[in-house]
Amino acid sequence: MGKVLMKGNEAIGEAAIRAGCLNYFAYPITPQSEVAEYLSRRMPEVGGMFLQGESEVAVSYMLFGASACGERVFTTSSSPGVSLMSEGLSYISGAQCPAVFVNIMRGGPGLGGILPSQGDYFQATKGGGHGDYRLLVMAPASVQEAVEMVMTAFPLAEKYRNPVMILGDGLIGQMMEPVEFPDDLASEPVNKDDWATSGMDTRKSENRNLVKSLYLSSEELNKHNLHLKAKYDRMRREEIRYEKYNIDCDYKALIVSYGTMSRVCKTAIDNLKKEDFKVGMIRPQTLFPFPEKAVNEAASKNSCKIVISIEMSMGQMVEDVERAVIGKRPVRWYGKCGGDVPTPEEVIDVIKSMVKEA
Amino acid sequence: MSKTFKKPECLSDLHTHYCPGCTHGIIHRLVAEVIDELGIKGRTVGIAPVGCAVLAYNYFTFDFQEAAHGRAPAMATGIKRVRPDLIVFTYQGDGDLASIGMGEIIHAANRGEKFTTIFVNNAVYGMTGGQMAPTTMPDQRTTTSPFGRNVKEVGMPIKIAELLSALETPGYITRQSVVKPKYIVRAKKAIKKAFQYQIEGRCFSLVEVVSTCPTNWGLTPVQAIKWAEETMLPYYKLGEFKVPE
Repeated sequence: MGKVLMKGNEAIGEAAIRAGCLNYFAYPITPQSEVAEYLSRRMPEVGGMFLQGESEVAVSYMLFGASACGERVFTTSSSPGVSLMSEGLSYISGAQCPAVFVNIMRGGPGLGGILPSQGDYFQATKGGGHGDYRLLVMAPASVQEAVEMVMTAFPLAEKYRNPVMILGDGLIGQMMEPVEFPDDLASEPVNKDDWATSGMDTRKSENRNLVKSLYLSSEELNKHNLHLKAKYDRMRREEIRYEKYNIDCDYKALIVSYGTMSRVCKTAIDNLKKEDFKVGMIRPQTLFPFPEKAVNEAASKNSCKIVISIEMSMGQMVEDVERAVIGKRPVRWYGKCGGDVPTPEEVIDVIKSMVKEA
Repeated sequence: MSKTFKKPECLSDLHTHYCPGCTHGIIHRLVAEVIDELGIKGRTVGIAPVGCAVLAYNYFTFDFQEAAHGRAPAMATGIKRVRPDLIVFTYQGDGDLASIGMGEIIHAANRGEKFTTIFVNNAVYGMTGGQMAPTTMPDQRTTTSPFGRNVKEVGMPIKIAELLSALETPGYITRQSVVKPKYIVRAKKAIKKAFQYQIEGRCFSLVEVVSTCPTNWGLTPVQAIKWAEETMLPYYKLGEFKVPE
């Protein structure tokens, strides 16, 4: 199939179907409601299941129940909705069930606004729900990348028996871009007979399966958490993804930016290049695990005077950037989070003044 | 000589953690007997609640999931929507279902989800230590209503069976009890009927079971049975409130 012009939200819905996921539960919320609208008519065409739940809380548990009996499931929401789903995310992670969650971020806190934001970085990468769990978090910078990340998310969720979150900002959901759905990213679900409550007859087994997150003995709970930690450590070893941009020159400043914001930064970098002002960028594609080593190495370049985290939030990813740079260079933050994306000109001014001060 | 009375295949050999005089054990047994008799063990998935029955999965021998507080009906919805061939039931107490999970149960019932809910109403939070529930009786003392439930401040106890029966969507809604042998016989029939409606793919089914909690009521098991009969049953009337046509 060739390229088609699609709105991000619709492409995300279609990508899940192409990946082999035919079960979708959701609750409407701006700016991602088009996913539910699209799938409410598309799922019946492909023999899939669409259900609009009564709340995001309920939806997260519909995913839990369906995933726990072995089926592929996904949902989409936006920031306030993901707060409500965070309870379920904690339980699903604790019970080690695969599921794919998409957050098309809008501004917060509270109702905030409906325009694009990257204000849920902490929520996605540091928890959101209670307890020691992590999500594998991927951040697309284009509709095409959103499609590919959604398609990759299902086998990854099954590999780790853990929820995967696609963290896109409102622009990714609302923007129309040409996309294609790579056939080679379609996948078959793995065999889940050793844990899923799919019914003993289905598995032709005499042994029942149990899906739970309760461990009343302190020893057992500690052991369970060590097992979860081992999975998160494995993600850190095997799943880090990032893009380098303009990194093979003697840049004065290193930008770390993701999602829509990173596209504006690329334009700024290209324009600065014309003035012979060199700036490099690391664009994390996975936010957890965070590309710490790549950021550290890029920051260590002799020519690099400063590292700037540019994000559509009041400074969230910057904490991971600081942790990666470990004091080797000064780390600064620049961002906006009312819904306006900083322009290339604003980014250029910020870079110039921060480099001057460094 | 053949055995005429034995433990259901669907019950495990474990001793339960329930207090002396608690009726959860009876209700577990009724559910297990029904699943045995219907021959559906191999395709049944139970969902345990938060509360005293959180460990129910230890006492049954088929597939089980453990829910968060009140969310079992959403999980059951998830299962039935992707695997309609499985037989699914939630086992929930009154704090779980009638308080924190009220939204989930009403919407699941109203969508006509084809699963079964066993709703154990003993008018108190058990596991957390005897706090007031939405079903706590007027003037009943609990650890959070030490002077008795003041209905002027917190309203009257919620009658779940009646409330769910008001929905227009077809369903099987009944209230039973297990505080006397004759009630136990009727409760089993109702539980069986509820599962049968599910097997036939006809409707949502809920069996409310008026139950006891001697420990948190501060009564002996015998006194608790008497209290349930004299105080709860006149308010929580037994019977079928809704039957699908």
